[in-house]
Amino acid sequence: MENYYQKEIECASREEIKALQDQRLVEQVKHVYENVPYYRNLMEEKGVTPEDIKSTDDLHKLPFISKADLRDAYPTGLLAVPLSECVEIHSTSGTTGRRVVAFYTQGDIDLWHECCARAVVAAGGTKDDIVQVAYGYGLFTGGAGLDGGSHKVGCMTLPMSSGNTERQIQFMQDLKATILCCTPSYAAYIGETLHDMGLSPEDISLKAGIFGAEPWTEEMRRDIEKSLGIKAYDIYGLTETSGPGVAYECSAQNGMHINEDHFIAEIIDPDTGEVLPEGEKGELVFTSITKKAFPLLRYRTRDICVLTREKCSCGRTHVKMTKPMGRSDDMMIIRGVNVFPSQIETVLLEQGYSPNYLIEVDRVNNTDTLDVFVELSSDMFSDTVKEIAKREKDLSIAMRTMLGIGPKVHLVPAKSIARSEGKAVRVVDKRKLHD
Amino acid sequence: MSIKQVSVFIENKAGKLAETTKFLAEKNVNLKALSIADSPDFGIVRIICENPEEALSVLREAEYVTTLTDVFAVELSDKAGSLAEVLYILADAGIFVEYTYAFLSTKKEGSAYMIFRVDRNEDAIAALKAKGIEIVLQKDIF
Repeated sequence: MENYYQKEIECASREEIKALQDQRLVEQVKHVYENVPYYRNLMEEKGVTPEDIKSTDDLHKLPFISKADLRDAYPTGLLAVPLSECVEIHSTSGTTGRRVVAFYTQGDIDLWHECCARAVVAAGGTKDDIVQVAYGYGLFTGGAGLDGGSHKVGCMTLPMSSGNTERQIQFMQDLKATILCCTPSYAAYIGETLHDMGLSPEDISLKAGIFGAEPWTEEMRRDIEKSLGIKAYDIYGLTETSGPGVAYECSAQNGMHINEDHFIAEIIDPDTGEVLPEGEKGELVFTSITKKAFPLLRYRTRDICVLTREKCSCGRTHVKMTKPMGRSDDMMIIRGVNVFPSQIETVLLEQGYSPNYLIEVDRVNNTDTLDVFVELSSDMFSDTVKEIAKREKDLSIAMRTMLGIGPKVHLVPAKSIARSEGKAVRVVDKRKLHD
Repeated sequence: MSIKQVSVFIENKAGKLAETTKFLAEKNVNLKALSIADSPDFGIVRIICENPEEALSVLREAEYVTTLTDVFAVELSDKAGSLAEVLYILADAGIFVEYTYAFLSTKKEGSAYMIFRVDRNEDAIAALKAKGIEIVLQKDIF
């Protein structure tokens, strides 16, 4: 028996969903146009007024908004309500320019938590469940989102945050947690630690897991399911559109239902911006139609995926997205943190190094590793191992400040990083992230 | 009284030292002494040669990461305790020894030289001289 959190809307007919989207989009465009000068300018540049948007059929007339706009408008330039109406913020890591700060009214928080509650119920959660949230709490949306969703369902919630894995397992055993929420790589790590502690899935009561915030493969899903004795469900979201819960997996475990009463999804050609028909692979674009404080219209996620409206065995009618199959920019997700090569380059230039570098990302024992190779020049070379090691450490600290995660820095001689013809290869990602 | 040592930064990989020494050979740089410090990733090759400025310039031309470092040399007598004596003088003067290595003289049979890289070169030389330890000059080696 499939359970739903809000059956009426989760299983609404396509016509009902469309009608709701039409009405909400019209209102949202008006709200944004009237309250966000930045957005009004974008629309005026494109010659669009709120009157031109009568339904979702007119969505394509609206301008896109991108991370560059978020940078221009940082921190409050896209805020659509007075700051006094906001009750919370969340943020991505990274320094100004790359950091996204999203604002929430109490209403925004409630709707976001409802979206997460749908995910908890779709993973089999009821008020009798005990949900262990091992996503990071704080500015990151993961902990707050699933915590809120779990509360909405009425589950007893263990606000563990990430880390301290043996304690996680101890709580799992002592309090008999049934649903685990964290990043897939952390879930895999917990599975390994369980094994290392001489325990097996029979020693814990977990039945399901809700895992997101980073790419993972079907192979990883099978490994996690086996090591923890659970069903593993994917969840998708981004800080720009509130956080996790924009889309989530159901019992079919083959794609994530997008909460279409809150978000309109489009797939576009990343090069031309042209909207692609259903079933074609392209860049995912979201329009949030219920968020009041920080509503983004046609936000380019840079995630590449496919949408499908095929009937789902779970009974939900909302469109499904595949796992992201890649990016249309050079962003990497490392241990759940968004990293751009340009951030690493900025640190190098600030610290007086040449921009000849190579980023190597790998996954060792289910944990992402980040190594940065940097060419050392003669003028920065002093001839003791100690001083070079100190330079490596200082660079690593500066990068940690910029990125939110600390890479291992390796200084190497000039010319030892291969120069390629044309576009330089800056990133070698050895992880297998996509099926 | 300092001696100029040529230091070269190379990758800690098979063949890299061979490549560097072969390059120096082709440029007619005769190595008098050589010592290596290494980490898992890199090595620092330290070289004493007759014309360090010239060696530096040919290495830099070929884009080697290289620098000149001030070190000094002491001639040690062939008896137990001679190195300890020097090190104690430095320690008593509060001098920190970064590294040291030895080589045999080809000019003066039976003599061993010890190269020192310290945190305060001039102070170290003064402390040693005050205790009657002779500092070897660049011209004495070649």
